[in-house]
Amino acid sequence: MIANRSDMAVLKPFRLPAGEPWRFSIWHGVALLVILAVAIGIGEAQAQAAAGKPGIIATMIKWTPLLLQGFALNIAMSFLAMAIGTVVGVPLGLAQISLLPPIRGSSWFVTQFFRNSPWLVLLFYCMLLLPFEVRIGDTIVPLPGWFKSTIGLSLPVMANVSELVRGAVRSIPYGQWEAAESLAMSRRQTLWMIILPQCVKRMTPPWMNLYAILTVATPLTSVVGVSEAMTLTGDILSSEARTELLVPMYLYLLLFFFLYCYPIARATIALEKRFQVR
Amino acid sequence: MALDFQPVWDWFRVLHETSGIKLTIFYDSFDRWRFFNGFLTSVRLMGVCLVASVVIGVVGAWIQGSRLRALRLVTQGYIQFFRNTPPLVQLYFFYFALGSYLKVTTGNGMSVPIVSNFTWAAICLSFYAGAFNVEIFRAGIEAVPRETMEAAESLGYSRLKAYAYVILPLAFRISLPALNNNLVNLVKTTTIAYAIAVPEMLYVANQIWSDESNVPEMMNVLLIVYVSLVGILVWVMGRWERALRVPGYMPA
Repeated sequence: MIANRSDMAVLKPFRLPAGEPWRFSIWHGVALLVILAVAIGIGEAQAQAAAGKPGIIATMIKWTPLLLQGFALNIAMSFLAMAIGTVVGVPLGLAQISLLPPIRGSSWFVTQFFRNSPWLVLLFYCMLLLPFEVRIGDTIVPLPGWFKSTIGLSLPVMANVSELVRGAVRSIPYGQWEAAESLAMSRRQTLWMIILPQCVKRMTPPWMNLYAILTVATPLTSVVGVSEAMTLTGDILSSEARTELLVPMYLYLLLFFFLYCYPIARATIALEKRFQVR
Repeated sequence: MALDFQPVWDWFRVLHETSGIKLTIFYDSFDRWRFFNGFLTSVRLMGVCLVASVVIGVVGAWIQGSRLRALRLVTQGYIQFFRNTPPLVQLYFFYFALGSYLKVTTGNGMSVPIVSNFTWAAICLSFYAGAFNVEIFRAGIEAVPRETMEAAESLGYSRLKAYAYVILPLAFRISLPALNNNLVNLVKTTTIAYAIAVPEMLYVANQIWSDESNVPEMMNVLLIVYVSLVGILVWVMGRWERALRVPGYMPA
């Protein structure tokens, strides 16, 4: 996190122009629609030249239900990975500010480990090393590929959430800890009643941003063979075997992601403005 | 003096025989050779992309300060394109779309790509990280007040020399923390070169575990090697960052 202020009058503040990467703006949508329209136009022209084939738009409409099904899996994976990542990441982050050195050290190590390992390697790791079924008591629970890769995605999310929690706690002025102590509050009371309620507010926008990043990362699972939207697009293209369909189809998929992530980006910006401490 | 590693390799062979941990990359000379080459390819890819992306960043930041509006617009378009599309999609686009045009037909009728997949991965990842670096360096340059430039000029510096000796060193120190974040991210992103069959570590490891069916061992080796590589980079850059920190600026 980079503070936008300076104690030194000689230099001006360091300010990166745009917000986070992966934060969609309305211009991305406009550009996407324009390019999609052009690509469809070119494709339609080519399709008309070769008579006897259905138009590009008709083909795209035909496959939309299947694509939506795949996209629903992407969303489900992002939801689940975010939930698991948050549920495990918050305690991990709190362990990072523990007063006991062993707990602090080990949770720091776990966080750094998963923050520093590439997402794709973690995906492979979970995909290949988790069993395809687990036995709980007498029932055998199958672990499908999409679930295993969701676990793989939730590991880096967990590490990032952990860092968010640590950063948020550290960003609360130390005077508040001292003030709480002078009111005879215990460390646990201070943390639960004073520090964490403020942290929730500060953490929500970056947490939502992390969710957007995760959603855009779900197509990575196509590399390890989960049949989500990206894989299905590839399957559709190979079954249609029409080159003029290639660009419109991928743009169409990109449009799905845009339509889903843009409202999240707007909400994040709105929350950031509302929670701004100044 | 030539070091003899044979006892080490033998130890891993014994380890396999006694405990079943099958680390063929140590005792099988072919696997060792493959994995080492994969490791070198990964490191080379990381090195090339790190240097190239920083160069792109510096050049781009310089162009963004130019007086020609057209040049500025082109750089802006480049930044927006590479910032806002997934790197995997960029890689596919470069390799499959652009790469399919750049082919020559050799004497025996085979069509051979002019640009190898390693080069495509290097180009694509450098431009991807470079787009972020441009903005990082520009923000750094903008944080240096105009008065500093004027002071340098009043001391008789030429424009270029003032940039080289006064503005850029300051800008670099200011932008280093943001640059670090981006470069660490770049090193992690190099794994996607797997998708276009660049023989880097992940790809080679995949080949080895398919041949030797030692998935758990290879996965652990892979994870440890990657985490150590990134860990070393984070540690070195962190030290450098602290050493170059402008005192009083951006309290840590």
